[in-house]
Amino acid sequence: MEKTEKYESADSGAKKNKIKSSKTSSLWIMYVPALAFVIIFIVYPFINGLRISFTDWDGFSQTRNFVGFEQYTRMLTDPTTWLVVRNTLLYGVGSTFLQMTVGLLYALLLMQSLKMRAITRTIVYMPVIISPLIMGYIWYFMFAYSNGALNDVVMLFGLDRINWLNNPSLNPFLIVLVNTYQFVGISMIVFIAGLQSVSKEYYEAARIDGASLFQQFKNITIPLLMPAITINVVLNIIGGLKLFDVIVSLTGGGPGDASQSMSTFMYSLYFDRQDAGYAATQGVLMVIIILVITLASVIYLRRKEVEA
Amino acid sequence: MNRFTGKQRLGLNLLCLLICLLHIVPFYILITTSLKALGDFSSMWVLPQQEWSFENFTVAWEQAQLGTAMFNSGFITFFSAACLILAGSLAAYPLARRQTKLNKFVYLFFIGVMIVPPLTVLVPLYQMVVDWGLLNTRAVAIFNNVAAFLSMTIFLYAGFIRSTVPKELEEAAKIDGASTMTIFFRIVFPLLKPITATVLIIACVYIWNDFQFAIFFLQEASVQTLPVAVNSFFGENSANLNLVAAASLVALLPMTLLFLFLQRFFIEGLAQGSIK
Repeated sequence: MEKTEKYESADSGAKKNKIKSSKTSSLWIMYVPALAFVIIFIVYPFINGLRISFTDWDGFSQTRNFVGFEQYTRMLTDPTTWLVVRNTLLYGVGSTFLQMTVGLLYALLLMQSLKMRAITRTIVYMPVIISPLIMGYIWYFMFAYSNGALNDVVMLFGLDRINWLNNPSLNPFLIVLVNTYQFVGISMIVFIAGLQSVSKEYYEAARIDGASLFQQFKNITIPLLMPAITINVVLNIIGGLKLFDVIVSLTGGGPGDASQSMSTFMYSLYFDRQDAGYAATQGVLMVIIILVITLASVIYLRRKEVEA
Repeated sequence: MNRFTGKQRLGLNLLCLLICLLHIVPFYILITTSLKALGDFSSMWVLPQQEWSFENFTVAWEQAQLGTAMFNSGFITFFSAACLILAGSLAAYPLARRQTKLNKFVYLFFIGVMIVPPLTVLVPLYQMVVDWGLLNTRAVAIFNNVAAFLSMTIFLYAGFIRSTVPKELEEAAKIDGASTMTIFFRIVFPLLKPITATVLIIACVYIWNDFQFAIFFLQEASVQTLPVAVNSFFGENSANLNLVAAASLVALLPMTLLFLFLQRFFIEGLAQGSIK
């Protein structure tokens, strides 16, 4: 009773005004610290990077010359650029495709009430929390040429040892495989969450109408999983396009530049080849590629979600 | 529930077992390798034939300075997470509650920054860090990680405040004359616990494991984090994989144990972070 009185008495008074004015104030002071972090450590370097990409700077000397679009024409005519872009797309798109396919299969299996369900989920998920760099080393022992775990199996079948990590046409795929192994658990969990939200009634209705298991999967499961698919695609593509750690520990980008991604290529341009201007130019290309692919897939998948 | 017959159920359980075995193999190989002495050339698939060499662990621990690295990883992760939670929740509150033109713009700005891959700013960032004398300091790793994860943190907090925190409490407190900061820290922040846990888990996993920033900015042994220490140890001992295996095993132990004890929170937290 007292409260309402207070309310009413304040109604025409100054207090009400104060409430009103604070409703429209931005309280900007509260996001100043966050804004400072992001501007100093991301936006300002980003703009600076654009400037550096128009120079021939080597990364340490005081002098740098403005060279216009020279680094950009160099980048577009450099065959290594296209090899690296191809690898980056393979890491992004390949991992996404593989991870989602396997993740969905695992999710469908581990949705069922099975004795082995909990332990299998744990084991599949565990690599997610491990450093990708160390994961690369773990697989390095598997792929090692002499005495490596996989070559032991190969020799068991009477075949010659395979030079897994030094084979330029093979090792980009091995990198995709290791990346998939590590992060398939995330796809699985996102799909399990998605599957659990699909109402059982749809399936019952479909069964009454005589739909086969495959028809149910195609016409009910997939459309209703579209939001989960969108999340998975975006997460995996961004992760895959930025791939760095696993490449460092598995192949170091080699042999030559054969398994280099844009991230590792930039690193080696800057630190090993003292070519900072060119590294910055490659950085700009990387932003553009990630931006275009992410936006395109989000727009495409959102449209699918609406249709479904 | 009764969709499968006993035989089908057995088959599916066996399939699970097969998947488990397949996923465990790399870890099994890591363990057998880490236990063998340098001269033991037996297959990686079998346990040591001669004697179990626990020496690898003590040698790796000392030579790779894993103790220092573990401290550095913990220090950087702890302070990054604290900064993220404080700066992120503070920023998210007005952005979620006050829909002024300025705030809408700032919110979009934070979201837009998420698209810039942190590594693409490496060249200018490195130059800036050197100029400011921050190279080889733990502070620079903290700053970079905070900047890299702030947008996502704000996104998570703002979504949570909009959808879950009731406005009525704040309005009642305001009528009683409480300042905005008091309202935030006394009323709003305690209600943010679930999403704070999510942020904490994401920050712990990714920042603890961070290698991309650490390899550039933490090159001296005294400030190296675990991944950097293992990386340079591999460079020095690529001829003795057993030692590298021991170092890797020790390096991934803390996070793995934490995961096994708090599994449910990890899986829920990471899934939530990705879904929102």
